[in-house]
Amino acid sequence: MAERSFKKEVEQLRIPAGEEFRGEGILAITKALLQSGVGYVGGYQGSPISHLMDVLADANEILDELDVHFETSASEATAAAMLAASVMYPVRGAVTWKSTVGTNVASDALANLASGGVTGGALVIIGEDYGEGSSIMQERSHAFAMKSQMWLLDPRPNLESIVKSVEDGFELSEASNTPVMLQVRIRSCHVHGRFITKENKRPAFTLKQAMEHPVRDTGRIVLPPASFAHEHEKIQQRWPAAVRFIRERKLNEVFEGDVEDIGLILQGGLYNGVIRALQLLGLADAFGNSRIPMYVMNVTYPVIDEEVTDFCRDKRAVLLLEEGQPDYIEQNLHAILRKAGITAHLSGKDVLPMAGEYTTAAMRDGIEAFFKTQAPALLATHDAVAADEVAAAVQAARPAAVPITFHPRVKDLAGVVPARPAGFCVGCPERPIFAAMKLTEQDLGEHHVSCDIGCHLFSILPPFNLGATTMGYGLGAASSSAFNVKSSKRSISVMGDGGFWHNGLTSGIANAVFNKHDGVIVIVDNFYSSATGGQDIPSSRADNPNRATKNPIEAAIKGAGVKWVRTIDRTYDVSRMRDTLEEALTTTQTGPKVIIAQSECMLNKQRRVKPLFAKAVKAGERAVKERFGVDPDVCTGDHACIRLSGCPSLSVKDSGDPLKEDPVAHVDSGCVGCGNCGEVAEAAVLCPSFYRADIIHNPTGLDRFMGRLRGAVIGFLQRRRAARLARTAL
Amino acid sequence: MNTIELKTDTPIKIAILAMGGQGGGVLADWIVEMAEAAGWWAQTTSVPGVAQRTGATIYYLELLPEAAANAAGRPPVLAMMPTPGDVDLVVAAELMEAGRAMQRGLVTPERTTLITSSHRSYAVGEKAALGNGIGDPNKVIDAGREAARRLMCFDLQAMAEQAGSVISASLFGAIAGSGALPFAREAFEDTVRHGGKGVEASLRAFALGFDAAAKAPASPAPIDTARPAPVLAERAAAAEVQALLDLIRADFPVAAHGMLGAGIARLIDYQDVAYANEYLTRCAAFRALDARHGGEATDWALTCAAAHRIAVAMSYDDVIRVADLKTRASRFERVRGEVGAKPGQLVYTTEYMHPRLEEICGTLPAGLGRWLENSAGFGGFVKRHIEKGRRVQSGTLRWFLALYLVSGMRRFRRSLLRHQVESAQIQSWLERATRLAGANDYALAVEVLHCRKIVKGYSGTHDRGDKRFAALMKAADELAGRPGGAATLARLREAAQADEAGHALDAQLGQLMRPQTQTPVMSRVAA
Repeated sequence: MAERSFKKEVEQLRIPAGEEFRGEGILAITKALLQSGVGYVGGYQGSPISHLMDVLADANEILDELDVHFETSASEATAAAMLAASVMYPVRGAVTWKSTVGTNVASDALANLASGGVTGGALVIIGEDYGEGSSIMQERSHAFAMKSQMWLLDPRPNLESIVKSVEDGFELSEASNTPVMLQVRIRSCHVHGRFITKENKRPAFTLKQAMEHPVRDTGRIVLPPASFAHEHEKIQQRWPAAVRFIRERKLNEVFEGDVEDIGLILQGGLYNGVIRALQLLGLADAFGNSRIPMYVMNVTYPVIDEEVTDFCRDKRAVLLLEEGQPDYIEQNLHAILRKAGITAHLSGKDVLPMAGEYTTAAMRDGIEAFFKTQAPALLATHDAVAADEVAAAVQAARPAAVPITFHPRVKDLAGVVPARPAGFCVGCPERPIFAAMKLTEQDLGEHHVSCDIGCHLFSILPPFNLGATTMGYGLGAASSSAFNVKSSKRSISVMGDGGFWHNGLTSGIANAVFNKHDGVIVIVDNFYSSATGGQDIPSSRADNPNRATKNPIEAAIKGAGVKWVRTIDRTYDVSRMRDTLEEALTTTQTGPKVIIAQSECMLNKQRRVKPLFAKAVKAGERAVKERFGVDPDVCTGDHACIRLSGCPSLSVKDSGDPLKEDPVAHVDSGCVGCGNCGEVAEAAVLCPSFYRADIIHNPTGLDRFMGRLRGAVIGFLQRRRAARLARTAL
Repeated sequence: MNTIELKTDTPIKIAILAMGGQGGGVLADWIVEMAEAAGWWAQTTSVPGVAQRTGATIYYLELLPEAAANAAGRPPVLAMMPTPGDVDLVVAAELMEAGRAMQRGLVTPERTTLITSSHRSYAVGEKAALGNGIGDPNKVIDAGREAARRLMCFDLQAMAEQAGSVISASLFGAIAGSGALPFAREAFEDTVRHGGKGVEASLRAFALGFDAAAKAPASPAPIDTARPAPVLAERAAAAEVQALLDLIRADFPVAAHGMLGAGIARLIDYQDVAYANEYLTRCAAFRALDARHGGEATDWALTCAAAHRIAVAMSYDDVIRVADLKTRASRFERVRGEVGAKPGQLVYTTEYMHPRLEEICGTLPAGLGRWLENSAGFGGFVKRHIEKGRRVQSGTLRWFLALYLVSGMRRFRRSLLRHQVESAQIQSWLERATRLAGANDYALAVEVLHCRKIVKGYSGTHDRGDKRFAALMKAADELAGRPGGAATLARLREAAQADEAGHALDAQLGQLMRPQTQTPVMSRVAA
């Protein structure tokens, strides 16, 4: 596993029943799975749910005790297919991934699962990567729930509600023979909160039992005629069963207010923001007491018609707060109200943004606009009774009427506050690959570069500005497949080792071999699935007792039929990297040219190596630390090195020389001595300012002898020169 | 329906802006732990994602006394993200992130205490500029004075480093010292102790941050971004150097003294006293010219420009200079300091050098160098066998002696090819400036002198600078006699440093060369 330990988190999974758990949302979900008697868990890591996978990967002992099988799936499709275990057997299974991207990958298996239906509870925990902090396209997972008929939970963002919805989710799934999706937003995954724990439960029915007593029923398999029957079953049996369960168990919540003819309907996940928005308008407090009645949909699919009509019947107007687009729920509510002949006015995206994250400010503005037309008196109350203690507090809680952003000095900041694009970490082994590609560009001109998902995608940002498209995880090579015609230039595709094992081996490499693609494919092999937190993958070099690692990418590629393969086992060798790229772009050999660029992810390497180094030094062993530096008097302040690197530890500082007004390059103490700056300066023939310093800790007798010898000669010459300079110095 | 009674308690709202890897999460966790230990409800959220990789990110916290929740009979409902204008405490782990907080509207004059570190961590756009791309830090402080109820700004990074810790510890101390949160110093310190890792260093950093905040002035002083003006030395040990100082004092206006002093210091260090004397002779010519063309009124702009740019031009970076700088004892000491080597540890440096045909020929006597440079056979041999990256271990005897010998070629420098090439360039450049100043184009002459600043670097970088300098000199000739010529040339100089490929310069030069094009059109292009 990644060289990061989740021991502390694992301990939290052992908190005895009845005690308080305090921690992160995603960890609470992990605990809730164990409390629900889950039989197996799978998934694919990715923000914001990586922690669920990381913690379980370190929690072998607990999982073994509880008879829970945990697996790091090869992809989301694998994870979704894993839920097949719950089709015939009453065993609960949960899988997790980043959504919507992961759900896209999983949707084939999910659709098949949802068609045949499940016996044991099947829960899909999706980290909805939407809004600020998201790294993917802005879409809703809601559509997947609708198209395959899976139920979608969107609980209020406090740990108690989230944990309860895991338990409810399994039961709902079993009661309606339907897989259930539990949606958690980015901030909910990372929220620190508390809940009272229950006992961890062993699964009532285990995988072992299932394997020893296999059951089959062709009626559950998606093949005619059963597939036709499934559709009817969904509507005639599973839907009504789900509605019954949701109503009986009161999964959705109604909070009463004292304003009778107005109401809010909202997705559970928006609840805290809506309460704050109301608070800012003087209509709620910090404990969720609201003057406006609310119908909170902790289940956002299906919409429960009777609950909606009950809530709206006596109201003059209701406002729906539904984040993202299309406005599926709003359309649904309109239909429900019209069919029921309810005249209450329904507002939604007419006053709220059609697209984009529903921030507190956006919701406050929308609610205010709604009240202005539907109940203006509500907005006036607190100003009118300003003497009242409540109103005063409300006033204090209100943000400034005129935002400070309009102040000329604040507006002025636009010229100085710099953008901070995400980039490669200090010492990242992917940096030299793109520096080399940049140099190749200087020699052979620009090429079409197809990118992939992973840290290497930062190549599209400054300072490298390389890459034209990214079509999805592992699809770097696939997205070059059209560029397979005679041309004076070849296409370049980039793919990470994570994407390679996720699907790139088949979708990219095998496809290129089969279709005789003539392009260049660079596989970035940094020993981990780094962008998602450094998890192990089949080609990882780590000794992992629970996984089979060290399966070389090169062997897989050759197996797929690639003839031209070059493996570079040290990406920091920029000249070699450049020469290999140039060879790949110019060779007369046909078929795909694959370069495997290998060096360990520096973030993980440092986590691994740093303690070992410190230990060796402490034990008195000879140890050499490398660091880079710039001679400020040699550097002329052109910063060409930075334009080919962007390393966070390569910065600038004042030269200290009155004759040199531009800042000079400077390597700060964050340097890990990867060597990229020196290699680039050399390969690009930039300048001799860089140096590598080898610091020898605990020098041996020989070291010290050589040091004294060298010091004597060098010192003598240096003193001679210094004396000459000192004589005429100012 | 029952009447809903609204409680008056509102949470304390805190936003922490940091860059990936700065420990913003650690700081947020500390605040949560401290608040919970003191019997408060605490919630924190974040959106780390890809921002963890060098980007900017934000952590948001809300704190509310548990007693209030008990009185209300239900747990608080806390917001997951900050609302503009509704934040009590904003903490920025870097100065520009404080600027970003204000841009997001998180800081408000009625409510917000803004604590920011004054240090800068430059963004890639600032660092990658061909010249100086660093944003003005005082704009952030100016805005903070207006936007915040209380602004505290000091170098918390330096305090952390001084204490051997990280910035989250000094920030935590500054929060404690600011009094913005209702917790005693002991509660903060207990939290740090409870963390159990590097406690002593963290507490030292905490204390530095605490004191800085507790003693912070009502409004922080501006950051001094001015470069210290060079001062002319009073006395020199050597008589011949003293003579130069006396000459400067006697013959040059005071405005140029500092730069001339820096110039002779550089050139004596670079070559010898005679070379510095040569430099003063060149400067004296401009000083005389300056006096004739109203230098007094312009604070001797021509003399000052000459003093600065001629010194740099005459100390061109050649192989000899690099070998000299790399082998000095002072450099060995500086490296030890920079990498933090302790006594008893050995430090060896490796230099990354890449000699080219031009450098090799440039270091030969002019005639021989030029002949070899034009010889196809020799050129091919060098390109095949010598032109490649060399790792020079300057701490070993073999390599040190080699470099030392090269640096010793200083004494022959005047006879080498490179010197001849540079001298010819300097000559023609100074002649152009002299001609323009003599033709009453004083401002343009000053600008021509300053244009030399774009010639810098080594190898390809130097060649690029050379080419653009030549283009600027050609443009200067075109601009001679035109109104606003100096301003136009200044804009062209900026364009020459705007991008690596030279698109900006080409675009502007294209405009200039168009017949009858007047400067106002150019200024619009520049804007």
